[in-house]
Parts: sequence; structure tokens; C-alpha cells
Amino acid sequence: MGLKLTGKYMFKRKITIQFPEEKTPTSPRFRGLHALRRYPNGEERCIACKLCEAVCPALAITIDAEPRADGSRRTTRYEIDLFKCIYCGFCEESCPVDSIVETGMSHYHFENRGENIMTKPMLLAIGDKYEKEIAAARRTDAAFR
Amino acid sequence: MIEVEIDGKKFQVEPGKMIIEVADQADIRIPRFCYHKKLSIAANCRMCLVDVEKSGKPLPACATPVTDGMIVRTHSAKAIDAQKSVMEFLLINHPLDCPICDQGGECELQDISMGYGKDVSRYNEGKRSVKDKSLGSLIGTDMTRCILCTRCVRFTEEIAGVQELGTLGRGETSEIGTCVERSLVSELSGNIIDLCPVGALTSKPFRFRARAWEMEQMPTIAPHDCIGSNIYTHILRQRVLRVAPRENEAINETWLSDRDRFSYEALNDDERLLQPMIKENGEWQVVNWPTALKRVAERLQQVIREKGADKIGALLSPTATLEEAHLLQKLIRQLGSHNIDHRLQQMDFSAQHSMPLYPGLHMSLESFEGQDTIVLIGSHISREQPIGAHRVRTAALQGSAIFAINPVDYPFRFPMKGKQIVKPSAMPQALAEVIKALLDNGVAAPAVEVNKLVQNVKPSEFAVELAKQLKQESKKIIILGAIAQNHMHAGTITYLANIIAKMTHAHVGFLTPGANGAGAWIVGAVPHRGINMKHLSNPGLDVQQMLQAKLAAYVLLNVEPDLDCANPQLANKAMVAADFVVAITPFFSHKVAAYAEVLLPSTPFTETSGTYINAEGKWQRFNGVVPAQGEARPAWKILRVLGNLLDLEHFDYQSSEEIHDEVNRIVAENQPSHTHTLHTPTTIPPIIEGIERLTEWPIYRADNIVRRAPALQAAVINEIPVARMPVTLANRLQLSADSRVAIKQDDCEVILPVELCDDMPDNTVYIPAGFGLTSDLSASFGALSLQRSDTHHVE
Repeated sequence: MGLKLTGKYMFKRKITIQFPEEKTPTSPRFRGLHALRRYPNGEERCIACKLCEAVCPALAITIDAEPRADGSRRTTRYEIDLFKCIYCGFCEESCPVDSIVETGMSHYHFENRGENIMTKPMLLAIGDKYEKEIAAARRTDAAFR
Repeated sequence: MIEVEIDGKKFQVEPGKMIIEVADQADIRIPRFCYHKKLSIAANCRMCLVDVEKSGKPLPACATPVTDGMIVRTHSAKAIDAQKSVMEFLLINHPLDCPICDQGGECELQDISMGYGKDVSRYNEGKRSVKDKSLGSLIGTDMTRCILCTRCVRFTEEIAGVQELGTLGRGETSEIGTCVERSLVSELSGNIIDLCPVGALTSKPFRFRARAWEMEQMPTIAPHDCIGSNIYTHILRQRVLRVAPRENEAINETWLSDRDRFSYEALNDDERLLQPMIKENGEWQVVNWPTALKRVAERLQQVIREKGADKIGALLSPTATLEEAHLLQKLIRQLGSHNIDHRLQQMDFSAQHSMPLYPGLHMSLESFEGQDTIVLIGSHISREQPIGAHRVRTAALQGSAIFAINPVDYPFRFPMKGKQIVKPSAMPQALAEVIKALLDNGVAAPAVEVNKLVQNVKPSEFAVELAKQLKQESKKIIILGAIAQNHMHAGTITYLANIIAKMTHAHVGFLTPGANGAGAWIVGAVPHRGINMKHLSNPGLDVQQMLQAKLAAYVLLNVEPDLDCANPQLANKAMVAADFVVAITPFFSHKVAAYAEVLLPSTPFTETSGTYINAEGKWQRFNGVVPAQGEARPAWKILRVLGNLLDLEHFDYQSSEEIHDEVNRIVAENQPSHTHTLHTPTTIPPIIEGIERLTEWPIYRADNIVRRAPALQAAVINEIPVARMPVTLANRLQLSADSRVAIKQDDCEVILPVELCDDMPDNTVYIPAGFGLTSDLSASFGALSLQRSDTHHVE
């Protein structure tokens, strides 16, 4: 009897994947590492409305703002503490300009104290790097939003 | 009394009230934009439409007086429908930019649109857009957001008294503006930020800094004038980011002066002194508190040992709290010196012995209204106490006759019944003329000396008119402003004003510079009153004597002698010549650092608890709203520990409340033992024949905080160091508006640009104090020699 079960599973499709060469597929709604996006012309989207900071249930976001030289409303500091963040995605939902997003990236680590704080340049860099994937994921999910 | 019913509740109200007032009192919310309880009724936003029984159409609650038996429904289907329709129209042109709007989160339009707005606009046509106006360094504009409620227009007209804003254009194209592009000049202009129900008018220094919901609101008292306006500070991450008025009907109503509103910027200034410092061999070194305080104690003891305790002097700013002033005078007096003074701007102290407990109004600000006559003597009240000027204006509009005896024809925003503009040195003469006119009118002199004093005086037309007014049986107050108190013959002016008051049963009030002049007097931060307010037969030195005597040691509390003193040149010389100068100050000043040996960082008003006593005599306690920055500590703590280190008695306070209670007890148990006999001058001082100087501390140069507030410094009404003179004098000296003039006083010469005016008497030159450029000059009043300067200076 036991051998029968063994035999059944012997010929079934294996579910083990060879990480990191192989990865399981993620949903376009996956909430991973954060990113700040830009408009196609390179202008940062964030307008420092501070809604994400207000909505964040873990108080992980800290924003300082002031007028930029051209008079527009911009952040001078945009920090997310990834130790505090619970990846609820409220920040993305609250953002009126689709600036802060949670990407599908889930594989990252910290080696030193302080690396858990994602600063504005870091978040913008992630946004720049994964803009294609971010945009594609949002497009796929657009019908359900 | 009539009966009205609102939302099923019955109210007994006085006839003549509007529906909205009754509803507000009963806490029934009616949405509104244009209605404001302190402004006239415009009824132009239509948001407050309510359903009134027997009226076919809904009526605006703000402009509909209640009638007997009226039945109002604020939430009936008809009312709600009307309000929703109005809201839809208001939102047609309003941009959807709440995320970048500073008003977001505290916006009346946002709030009310949550209740009455539609999710989706039915309007697809183009939206209106309006060009932003430049209103100066204090007020930012986004005029597209304007919903034309006209609160700001009504404010400038009705409260500020200068019609600076207006509605231009008609219908779709109407917009709020200044007509000719220019900055607002009112000292109260910042209030339109609070009044604006949307984000059209916002605070420029605060622009984009924070959101309403993330800031903490903490109450405190404004530290810049003797009105003591109640304020809220808005705090984010332990920084004061904004100041708003705290409603107090008895003091500032719902208003706030720009000085009180925007001075907070200095609190986060780069010049904040954050660590105790000692000068060793000419180099400043950062040290810890024990080292710094020990050094101060040792050096003071050394001075006492070598030169005597009476060679120590203490100067404090009238902005210091009651507690600080009390501890400083206690410390100095226990060391054996009576040399303490807070009257830095004053020159003449001959009347100090006849002063009451403190110079103040000794009446409430509210009772300005109802005075039949208000006489301003040497007072630029709109710049010295903007809220005080608003009170005088309110009184004037209600029928008070306002008179002024001033050295400049100030453009006050209230109607004047009469004014006499005389040279500063002629002010005593002008008062004597009034006395003479009163005597001629048959009013008896209170003392024989008075008759003798004014026997050779010939009353002017103004004096006769004023005497006639004052002679009437009515309520009247004589207000002595900063110019009268800082005057070189302040004692004579005070005496003469008191005589006029005695003859006419008028009330005499002082409006002193600084927030706590009254408090400093009460605790005895004056040289002629000892501990427990006992009158000293052998008084200490006043500020002028202290500076002339070149003492061995000076303790400075919150003082920048070169900018705060009546004779900055003398002050500077005395400081440089002193063996030891310690400055307890929240700010680093290069000028003070040049002669000080120890700098002790104290905290400004937001970081300490304390008490200010305003001109009315109202004690207003406040707590610190943010923690002390860096190593800075409240000055009362510094003085307390210094007292311990000097082995002085009763310096074991645990809190500022204890000091407050001690002062309170002293005031309750003692009365100043002065005799109230007026100090009688022997003659009326003669008028200076030639050119003489007039000095004021401009509104935004008044104390060490405002001087460091960038937005105020950039404000259009901030003065610049100039020699302001009448055209007649300039013509005689062959000066034009673009020329420069060399001012010579004592052994110093300063070159200033010339500004021409036509509101000053001949032979008078106005030079503002409180500027680095004018701090080399000496006495703020008195004869002056001028010379055209042809040397070209590059700025």
C-alpha cells in the first residue's frame, strides 16, 4: 500500500524549483519592495502630498517637503523603514499620482544596520530599474482596480 | 426675546440676530464659506441656504434675521438639496489639486464637499484659471483655487483698515487682487491666511512644509509686544513649523499680528546658540555646562573681590519671562549690587520713582471701545502693538475721538480727530500747551508748580481743541507709546501727561516695548526697587548709568546691546571695556561674541515655561511647546544653577512654577513703597534749534527673534537703515532721494542713504535702531549733525 503511494508520487510532476536560477511566478498584485516612479519625461511623480505617510499603519514612511527651485511641491526626504513596513500596500492605494508602488521584487536582504531604511534616491533607482515590469503589472491589473 | 425653532429645538433669542448666529451658539452646523463672525455679512457664497417655513425659496442663514415663531430646518430635503446645488457650482471652477494644496486637510471646501459634494462632476467645459498675485514675502497665492467668498477683501477693509484687496472684473472673470500688483502693507495681513476657506491664500514661509493632520497644536503666548496675543504653535518632529492665533476675545480676538505669526522661523535659525562656549585666548571653545557655569561664578566672585559688587551690572531684555527676570534680579541683588535694568531703549529715568507698580494700561484692551477720547502720545501704535492699534481702530469706528501728539504723521488706519506733529524735542512743549489750554479753560491745576511751569506757554490751536475735548465729562485715556518712553525727556513727558490726566480725570496708560515690560517691573528688574518691591533710598544704576560707568562685569540676558540699547555706541564701548561679560542668549551674535567671555545658550519662549504679564496686567503662564534644542537650557534653570554655584540663598527651585508662585506671593504681600508723588521738572525742556534725531525700533527689528525671521525681514514693511527726513530739510542740505548722508554723533560717523518724506516736522531726521549699520551711532534722541556724503559706497 505504502509503495503504491510512493510509486504515484514518483511519476508526478516535481514542485521543487532550483532557486535562484528558477523562480516561482508572482501575481501582478504581488506586494514586494517599494519603488518611486517617474513620468516618461523623467520628472519624479511624487508631489509630497503625504497621504502615504498618513495612511501607513506601521508608520514606516517619513517625508519632509519644501518647494523646489521651480516652485513645485517636492519631497526633500522620502524614507521607508523596511523593518517597520508590513507590505499592506496602502501607500500605493493612497497615492494620487501612482508614484509609490510595491514591485514584484521579493528577494533582497540587508547586511548592515541602517540598510533597512530606503531613501528617496534608492527608491527612485528601483523605480527606474523596474519601470517596465511595474508598468506591465499595473496594466494587467488595471481592469480590476 | 423672540422664539425660533431650528431643527425642532426651540430657542429664546434677541431679535436682530441672524439664523446662523443662533445655530452656531446651539452647535447646529450650517455649512458656510463667506460668513465670518468678525466680518460683515456678504451672503455671496450661498452655502448656508436653509429651509425656512413659509418661505418659498431657501434663505441664506447668514443674512436672514430671526423673527418670532420662525421655523428653520437646516437638514430638510429642501435645504440639503439647495446646499448640494451650491456646492456643485462652487466645484465647477475649483481645481482638483488637493494633494499639492497646503490647505488640504484643514480646508473648509474639502470638508464641506465631503458632506455636500458629488463624486463626479457633470461639468465638462473648460475650467477657469486665474493668474497668481504676488502679495509679498508672507502670503502665497494660488488664485485659481479662490471661490470668491471675499473674506479677505472684507478683512482688509474692515479690520486692517486699508482696502488693499478687492474684487476685480465681473461674473466668470471676477477675481481677487490688488489692482496694481503690490505687497500687502498691513501689519495684520497674515490673518487672511486663516480667513481664506480654501487654499488660495496660504502662508509662504510654511509652504509645503507639513500637513495639518501630522502637526501637534500647542498653546503659548506671543513674545513680541505687550499685548500678549494668545497663539498656537504647530509642531512637527519637535520643530515649530507654523503659528496660528488662539482665540481670546479679551486680548487678540481671533487675530494675530504678522510679527507674532511669522517670527517662529528664527527658532530654527542657523544662528541658534546650542552649546555653552568659553573664550580662551581669543578662541571660542565649546565646553560643557559645569565648566561654563563654574567659570561665570568664579569670574563674578573675582570681580566682587577685586572691584566690589557694585561693579557688576545686569541687563535683560523686556522679552525675558517673569521667572527669568525675577531670578536675575535676585541673583544680582544677593551678590550685593542693584545695577539691573530691562529698559534698554530708554534714556531718561527721572520719573522712575513716581511710577506705579508697573507702567501698563491698568485697564482692559476691551475697554478701549467705549472711551470717548483716546490720546496717543509718542506712539506709533500700529507698528509697536498692531493688535493695540486694531483696538484703537475699533474704538474710533464706534465713535471715540482719537488725538495724537507724535513726531511723525503716522498713517494710522483709523480716523483721527486731531493731531499735532512736532519735533521730538518739542513734545514736552506740546503737552505743556495742552495744560495751559486747560488752565485757560478754567480747569484747576493740581499743584501750584504746574501754573509756574506753563506760565510762558502759548497754546496752539490743537492744544485748545484737545483741551476742549478733554474738559468734557467723559471716558478718556492717554496712552504713552514707545517714543514717549524712550524720549530724552521721558520723565517730563510722563509728568505732563499725568498732570493732564489729573486735571481731566483721564486714565494714563503705557504701552511698553517687549512682551514682559510689566513683569520685569513687578519683579523689580529695575535699579530703584529692592527685594520685595521695597523702594531703595540708594538705588542702583539704570541702564544708561551702567553703560556710562563702564562697570567691570556685565550679565546680559537675552540682550544684544548693539541692537537693543538706546545708545548702542556707548553700550559697545562699555562692553568692550569690561573685564567680564557673560551673555545668556538663545542666539549667537558676532558683535556680542567679540567682547563676551562666556556664552550660555538659553531657550526662546517655545522651549521654556514662564509667565508674561501684558499691558493690561494679565498674568499669562505658558509651557514649553518643544524640547530645548541642543544643549540650550531655559534661562531660569541657568540662573538657578548659577545661584547655587555662587552659594546664594533660596535658589533651590525645582520648577518655574515655584518661581512664579514666589513672585505671586511677593506681589500679594507687598506693595511698592513709592509715594506716588510725581517727579516735578523745574522747566519745560527747550526745543532743539537745529537738526535732531528721532529713533524707533522698527516693527521687525524689535527683538532678537524677529531680527532673525527671514520672511519678516523680506516683508515690505520691514524698514531698512536710512536717514529719513522731510523734503524741506533735504533741500536745505542739497540732498536728493538717491544721495547719501553722513551722520555724525559723538565721535562716530555713519553713512546712510537718504529717504525723503513729507510727514515729519522740519529739522527732524528719523534713523531706525536695531540695525548693524546704525549701531555705531549714539543717543537715539537729541541733536544731530548731518553732512552730504559724496564718497561712493558699494553695497
